[in-house]
Amino acid sequence: MDSATSEARTPLGASADQGFKIVVVGGFGVGKTTLVRSVSEIRPLNTEETMTQAGATVDDIRQVRGKSATTVAFDFGRISLDARKVLYLFGAPGQERFWFLWDRLFSGTLGAVVLVDTRRIDDSWYAIDRLEHHGTPFVVACNDFGGPVRAGAEVREALDLDPQVPLIDCDARSRESGKQVLITLVQHVKNRYADPSARAGLPRQEFV
Amino acid sequence: MSRPGNRPGRDDAPDRLYTLTQGRTRTGPDNPFDLVTLVVAESEPVTGMQSEHVAILKLTRSPTSVVEIAAELRLPVGITKVLLADLLAAGRVSARHPHRPAITDPDILEQVLVGLRNL
Repeated sequence: MDSATSEARTPLGASADQGFKIVVVGGFGVGKTTLVRSVSEIRPLNTEETMTQAGATVDDIRQVRGKSATTVAFDFGRISLDARKVLYLFGAPGQERFWFLWDRLFSGTLGAVVLVDTRRIDDSWYAIDRLEHHGTPFVVACNDFGGPVRAGAEVREALDLDPQVPLIDCDARSRESGKQVLITLVQHVKNRYADPSARAGLPRQEFV
Repeated sequence: MSRPGNRPGRDDAPDRLYTLTQGRTRTGPDNPFDLVTLVVAESEPVTGMQSEHVAILKLTRSPTSVVEIAAELRLPVGITKVLLADLLAAGRVSARHPHRPAITDPDILEQVLVGLRNL
C-alpha cells in the first residue's frame, strides 16, 4: 500500500532547510488543485487533519465518532526554489465551515491566493474577509473558465477589494500562468514589507 | 489528486490511530513541528521498532516535510506530529523548522521571487 506512492517520490536535496507556505483558497470547483498541480514539481498529494470546530486539535481521537471533531482534507504541492528553500502550496477549502483550519494549520503562511470564478463571485467574500481580518497578504486571481470575461474594475467592485490588492486573470491549467500568480503574490508581499510606513499601518499577522 | 475512499486515516478505525500513539493526539504547544518543518533521519531503523517509525526513518533519509510524511503514511497530520515528536525526543530524527521572520524579510522574499522566476 505504501510502496505505490513511495516509488513515485521525488526527494528534496540534502541541503533543503527552509520551508515556506502559500495557501490557495477558493470555493468548491474553482480550480485550486488544478493550480497547485500546474506549478508543483510533485504530483499533488492529499492529507487531512482532524480538528474540533473550536480550532484545537482533539484531545482524544475517540471523539471522532461524535460530532465534536471535523476532518478536513487538503491537497498540496511542492516547488524547490533553490538548494535550501522549498515552497509548499496548499489548496484549502474556502467555505466558512472550514475556516478554523486556517488559524492552526496555515499559520505562518507567506501569503494567499484567492482563486475566483467570476460566475460565482459570492463564494470569495468570506475568504477575503478572513484574510483581511488576519492581516495575511493576498492576491485575487480570476480563473479563466472560458466564459465572458468580466472587467477587472467590475470584479474589484463586486469583491470590494482594497485598491492595493493585486487582481489578475489566470488559467489555472497553465504552468506559466500559475507561476505568474505566485510571482505577483510574492512581489506584493515584498512591496508591503519593504515599505516601513505601509508596514506600520498594517495589522500584524496574528499568528506570526 | 485525491484517492476517493482511500484518504489517509479515513478508512482506519479511530481505535487504530489511537493505538498508534498510545492515545495521544494533542501534540501540545511544546510540539515544534509545523506542516513544512523538514525532518531528516539521524539513524537507520532497528529491529523491533514500531512500523510507522520505520517508515518515517526511511522516508526522511532525504529532508521531508511533515505534511509529505503524513500524506505518504496516510495518517492525519496530528498523529504524524506525535510520532515525529517521539523520534525527535529519541534523537532519531532532526528537524529544520521554518524561520518565521523570513516571511517578512525583503531579502528572503527576493530570493523566493528569483526561485519562482527560474521555474
